[in-house]
Amino acid sequence: MALRFNGGVVMAGDRRATQGNMISSRNIRKVHPADPYSLIGIAGTAGIGLELIRLYQVELEHHEKIDGEPLSLHGKANKLANMIRGNLGIAMQGLAVVPLFAGFDVDADDPDNAGRIFSFDVAGSMNEELQYDAIGSGSIFARSALKKRVRDDLDVDEAVRLVIESLYDAADEDSATGGPDLSRHLFPIVMTATAEGSRLISDEDVATVSRAVVESRLTNPGG
Amino acid sequence: MQFYTSPEQIMRDRSEFARKNISRGRNTVVLSFADGVLFVAENLSTTLHKISELYDRIGFAAVGRYNEFENLRAAGVRMADLRGYAYDRRDVKPRPLAKAYAQTLGAIFTEQTKPFEVEICVAGVAAKPEDDELYRLTYDGSINDMPGYLAMGGQSERVDVVLKDNHRFDMGLQEAFDLALRALGSVGGEGSEPREIGAERLEVAVLDRFREGRAFRRIRGAALNALLPAEAPSSGDKADDKPEDKADTRDEPSGSTEKPATKKATGSKRAKPAAKPDESTEE
Repeated sequence: MALRFNGGVVMAGDRRATQGNMISSRNIRKVHPADPYSLIGIAGTAGIGLELIRLYQVELEHHEKIDGEPLSLHGKANKLANMIRGNLGIAMQGLAVVPLFAGFDVDADDPDNAGRIFSFDVAGSMNEELQYDAIGSGSIFARSALKKRVRDDLDVDEAVRLVIESLYDAADEDSATGGPDLSRHLFPIVMTATAEGSRLISDEDVATVSRAVVESRLTNPGG
Repeated sequence: MQFYTSPEQIMRDRSEFARKNISRGRNTVVLSFADGVLFVAENLSTTLHKISELYDRIGFAAVGRYNEFENLRAAGVRMADLRGYAYDRRDVKPRPLAKAYAQTLGAIFTEQTKPFEVEICVAGVAAKPEDDELYRLTYDGSINDMPGYLAMGGQSERVDVVLKDNHRFDMGLQEAFDLALRALGSVGGEGSEPREIGAERLEVAVLDRFREGRAFRRIRGAALNALLPAEAPSSGDKADDKPEDKADTRDEPSGSTEKPATKKATGSKRAKPAAKPDESTEE
């Protein structure tokens, strides 16, 4: 899921990959930097999704090196939409992938409002979201949880807390979404894109927030 | 009337043609120093670059006809990106790229009506300065491994002499830059007087040895002015820019993907990130 805050966007993803009713991975990374100022997450067929991310990263970097400057944020989103559209054939055969794209728009006038989120459907439509969005099997629960908590004027720490909290709620309802694994120290991947670029929030920091969320739910399970 | 020209004659003519045109061009210097590989080119344009990034730790520099070396540059980027995608980023190395360039230039020299009037350099930064790879390729596909430093362009032999006498692998950025400037300025002056070259005629970049991921960075604007000797005249606008207003330093994020983003975004009201002082890797 992705959420806009004052100064950028945050994107967070759980760590679970499933094969039918079984967990095929506990520590998959679904959120990656697309380029120095943007983030991409995927839901759907893992093999296709991760290859898509890798190819997308190379394509963005290639364009930047050939042209001498990176694409605009909307250009990058459009490019991603085209790639998804190209996948429609096998998507219709069951290997569907849907991305979530978010970034810091370096061409925006106001850096506090420069975060952008783009959502896609399996046929490659692209839509800019107002404030937040989620993809994946648990996305409905994550979105509903976030809907009740979100405010304007969030700072980065609040935004990180909100997405981790909403992922927790999604894991609480959807068996295909993984919650924080305290015994194995596996926590959501959380990344931000701000004026300082795409950054991975450290495992320790995510762990701290995740533990705080778990702690708060001990006495208030519904959050 | 002669219908036959010997192959030697044809090649000689082509060589002469290419050499003559390259010898009219300005010089470019590439050298290894403690913190990376430095590229300094005399270039009057701020947008048409002679120095470019090929891959994470590989840079490209050229002299000669712009459209020709621009073609080569783009082909090199393509080859590097394809390799990195097909295998792994670590599998993209300078030598295979240099060899591919040698093959291309050689084929053009032999088979095309006219050779490319270019001289190019492929440079790769390693963990230690002595392990840096610098390759120089000429119009006919000759490739030379030139550890430590190389010069290209019009009077490269003379520029080379200055580099040879003064180059050390343990130089810092300022010292390396001074040497490059001195080497470039040793030619092209009136009656072999040394020249001062200002920021407006320079294109400077480094491959930063200690940076993870993409090591290539341009040095321009305030960062370039800081490297130049204080008395050297630089173009008025650049010298007057406050660091925050400067748009010419490459707008790069200062963080790596490993650092936690626990502080807020910078307070500056501009959407473009403010230039950070550490961009110039000054000592």
